[in-house]
Amino acid sequence: MLDKNQIAQRIAKELKDGYYVNLGIGIPTLVANYIPEGINVILQSENGLLGMGPFPLEGEEDADLINAGKQTITTLPGSAFFDSAMSFGMIRAGKVDLTVLGAMEVSETGDIASWKIPGKMVKGMGGAMDLVASAKNIIVAMMHTNPKGQSKLLTKCVLPLTGIKCVKKIVTDLAVIEVTDKGFRLLERAPGISVDEIKGKTEGKLIVDMDIPEMDFSVS
Amino acid sequence: MKKVYENAEAALYDIADGNTIMLGGFGLCGIPENCIAELVKKGTKDLTCISNNAGVDDFGIGLLLKKKQLRKMVASYVGENAEFERQLLSGELDVELIPQGTLATRCMASGYGMPAIFTPAGVGTEVAEGKETREFHGKEYLLEYAFDSDFALVKAWKGDRYGNLIYKETARNFNPLMAMAGKITIAEVEELVEPGQLNPNEIHTPGIYVHRIFLGEHYEKRIEQKTVRTS
Repeated sequence: MLDKNQIAQRIAKELKDGYYVNLGIGIPTLVANYIPEGINVILQSENGLLGMGPFPLEGEEDADLINAGKQTITTLPGSAFFDSAMSFGMIRAGKVDLTVLGAMEVSETGDIASWKIPGKMVKGMGGAMDLVASAKNIIVAMMHTNPKGQSKLLTKCVLPLTGIKCVKKIVTDLAVIEVTDKGFRLLERAPGISVDEIKGKTEGKLIVDMDIPEMDFSVS
Repeated sequence: MKKVYENAEAALYDIADGNTIMLGGFGLCGIPENCIAELVKKGTKDLTCISNNAGVDDFGIGLLLKKKQLRKMVASYVGENAEFERQLLSGELDVELIPQGTLATRCMASGYGMPAIFTPAGVGTEVAEGKETREFHGKEYLLEYAFDSDFALVKAWKGDRYGNLIYKETARNFNPLMAMAGKITIAEVEELVEPGQLNPNEIHTPGIYVHRIFLGEHYEKRIEQKTVRTS
């Protein structure tokens, strides 16, 4: 099965030159480390920056320059700052080409639950509801099962929803799956992982209608 | 026009128990540190606080929380403050969690003289409960109302005596929107200059929105997640 970095690396293959991309906290931020050679992608940080750069060198941290995860960052040539209303304005207006975020559950109709475990974890939804309600293209990066071994790809989400009918693609440690109007459809499997194992760990309806190739990590 | 005050104590003279206050900032970035310290010192209580986050346990809004000065918090994410999450889960604190974009845009609407907005954020979730919806071009939107507050406390980088403000980098975030939404907007700045010293092309918040301004001091500018790369 894949580790977090490999999940990020597989998602990075979906990036196209000139894309404006929002990466959620957690595994999604790692996607920035795997942007393919020769492709220019502009990262949007929901707290008011287009053109998010790498982390600063030791001693060069600027308290006024952070990302959505509150980490210190830098800018790049062509960066721009703006306020939070404009930030979510560009998100809601569909200007962001790709959104990558984590989740606790995804349903076979593309619903997503990512922000609350009632009675246990109520940190808040942050920008997630705006992102999933408006994004043209949403990829979820998550483990296929939770720490208790239960499937996170369900018929119907049990946890409080972040959004409905919005997820297009899911990349897990086991598989790449697209969400269609007939349910989950298996596209690729992680190296060494069988289709049967993926079926066994997917609670929602999983369509397998072709030979499923292994994910390709070669640099093209 | 007399907008300049000597310090936070002078500028916040009339904030009272039970007021609703907006506080700018994203995490600890761009928070009005002097105003928060003054509120802690004054001990003003029963406050309803509208701010994106709740600070950390021992800095930012977390300080107001520790002293139990808040009756209610309206925010989008409170995860960095463990005490906050505890008070929320135990029911000690009334918390309304709203989508970040909705929070920002409801403030903006107020400053733009629009009573309400329609947004897709939260459709189909618990955020939509009890709210009117309307369909536009085949997609469902929630009606959300503009909100203003008794006071908006904002932090800017530079300001002039007329209240014109310029913000720095990602310390901008909610500050310009809350500045527009305060019935009384109080700005603390790192540099306070004479009218004419700020380029009119570069002003982010025109002074018409700002009622009081003071030169802040002793900014800690704490970093929540210092993150570096090795060269």
